[in-house]
Amino acid sequence: MAAIIVSNLGKRYTIGVRSPGEGTFRDAVTGLFTAPWRRFRRLAGYDDHIGEFWALRGIDFTVAAGGTVGIIGPNGAGKSTLFKVLSRITPPTEGFVELQGRVSSLLEVGTGFHPELTGRENIYLNGAILGMYRAEIRRKFDNIVAFAELEQFIDTPVKRYSSGMFVRLAFSVAAHLDPEILIVDEVLSVGDLNFRNRCLGRMSDLRGEGRTVLFVSHDLTSIRQLCSRALLLNGGRVVADGDADEVTRRYERMHQDPASIALGGADRVHPPPAYHLTRVELRNEAGAVTRQFEAGQIMEIHLWSSGRAPEDSYGAEFRLHDSEGEVISFGAANPVRSTYYRADQQHFVCRLGPLPLTEGAYTFSFIVGVWNAVRWDHWPRAIGFEIVKCDPFKTGHGISNVHDGDFVIPQDWLAGD
Amino acid sequence: MAGPAIPRTVRLEPPASWQFLDFGELWAYRELLFFFVWRDVKVRYKQTVLGALWAVIQPVMATVLFTIFFGRLGGMAQQVDGPYALHVFVALLPWTFFSNAVTQAGNSLVGSSHLISKIYFPRLLVPASAVVAGLVDFGISFLVLLAAMAYYGVAPSASMLALPLFLIASILCATGVGVLLAALTVSYRDFRYVVSFLMQLWMFATPIVYPLEIIPASWRALYALNPMVGVVAGFRRAILDIPVPADVLAISGASALVFLVAGVVYFLQVERRFADVI
Repeated sequence: MAAIIVSNLGKRYTIGVRSPGEGTFRDAVTGLFTAPWRRFRRLAGYDDHIGEFWALRGIDFTVAAGGTVGIIGPNGAGKSTLFKVLSRITPPTEGFVELQGRVSSLLEVGTGFHPELTGRENIYLNGAILGMYRAEIRRKFDNIVAFAELEQFIDTPVKRYSSGMFVRLAFSVAAHLDPEILIVDEVLSVGDLNFRNRCLGRMSDLRGEGRTVLFVSHDLTSIRQLCSRALLLNGGRVVADGDADEVTRRYERMHQDPASIALGGADRVHPPPAYHLTRVELRNEAGAVTRQFEAGQIMEIHLWSSGRAPEDSYGAEFRLHDSEGEVISFGAANPVRSTYYRADQQHFVCRLGPLPLTEGAYTFSFIVGVWNAVRWDHWPRAIGFEIVKCDPFKTGHGISNVHDGDFVIPQDWLAGD
Repeated sequence: MAGPAIPRTVRLEPPASWQFLDFGELWAYRELLFFFVWRDVKVRYKQTVLGALWAVIQPVMATVLFTIFFGRLGGMAQQVDGPYALHVFVALLPWTFFSNAVTQAGNSLVGSSHLISKIYFPRLLVPASAVVAGLVDFGISFLVLLAAMAYYGVAPSASMLALPLFLIASILCATGVGVLLAALTVSYRDFRYVVSFLMQLWMFATPIVYPLEIIPASWRALYALNPMVGVVAGFRRAILDIPVPADVLAISGASALVFLVAGVVYFLQVERRFADVI
């Protein structure tokens, strides 16, 4: 018997300048008055940058009851959209899904936790949000607390918990759900190894009990361990469906293929419907698009946006993250250089450097909006790059961000008196 | 995530052009409503130093201010029989509930965006729980009213038995308006600012600082389209035995129902887009 039937599923998002009537009430009112003019423009053949984007298209698959299926794919392949449709958060645009039995989804751990409430209170609240009856929570309460190993802290507000304790409690509640179908999205990327193994153990228990598990993950090893079958998504379509070992190997090959590694610019994959950034490129001094730089070089960030900004006099900003995702630096057009852009500007350039960074991987996030007032778009983790060489003291030994921090501050060493 | 007691097979399809209220599903999620209310109440009393006292201070302070400015300086006190302060306080009881419930409900969806973008449940529960949570404050202020009645020597009469009826009317009305504003605030973020302004205007369109009788009889039918007119007049009738024309109550009651239906219908039409735009 099939537990999940997905038939010709499609999900479309609208991108580009959003149609007036969305956004703010002010826009809606002005939109009302400019509507005839816009219709005229459209009839006259002008494009107001209203585009469509299919995050998922033509997805077909069936999962038998008791099956365990992994869903993999590069960022932007449509994994999280599929997840959102299956867990009823967003409706499909076409096609249909049939789910047989009680469905639970496990997303980010701790969704719905309230920091002011105690562990005990949060177990009840979170359990109810995840779909448990009060009586059921009461029955399982002791097990939940024991599984999380938080007996001592159960009456402490969770805002005083360490992140490890928080994750343990959140997962423990979720692990005590009794769904016929469990959809898991990347919950295992947090927590220590020991806890991770217990989570995987719990999922394989569920599988043993004949529950259906859909597991969305980047972690190919866990997928191989847990799943008999895997689906590989790319560009919103299923590109491979079969034995988990085979499909994960195919995904790895896809990643190793130099042509598919992102070396050039990066394009926005799930843009918000309103005005947003669409593309970013990093260029070296010679003007070549690259993702590899050396310390001391100049970098040019090129950003493109979709059409006209909602207003004049705005700026862009970046945040630089290290390989662990921590923000290590910031820059913005407005406050630093009093550069402001006009509404019809669609291409922004930031010259950055000489780069003081040590060897390793870094990532940029971007924001466009009016400084200290409004953010039109936030593009997190937009593009990554690598510092391949950092040897400011010409020793022949590179300085890497694994041991020696992310920056080298220009320095002179002298002899004292 | 399908909650408890949902039909065994769930079919997810593109939204039909008209959405109808799924009572069975709401019933299945009644415990979640309870937990949302419980969370709101608990967090409010944990976070504010004054806690439950806040529910007392708000209407009492307003009563004091209105008594000084409208009652004394504005000369309104001569227009009513009995103590003006009590007159105002009785009206502020449902009004404060209504105004807080609408404001809280209006912001509730945007405030719960982390839940809405991650998990499924009937979205109506979010603004509805904000309204229900307001009843706790109402209960506390009601105790203050009993104390005030004792102070002014107003004995409760049998007409007080009608009070729950008017309370229900204010709940329906607050739910309708709150749900409507919640949905509008998701689509139009600046609606938040409209809400506080709207509530101020609405307060003066409701007989709180003045008696219903100063509205000319020929205008009363139109005036009673504001459902809170009937609610406030009803409260005064139940507690202070001030007579109210039956047509005012009927029109306000019908209007409260219209607000409820309109709010819920609009909400359901836009509900499925929330996760995409929030």
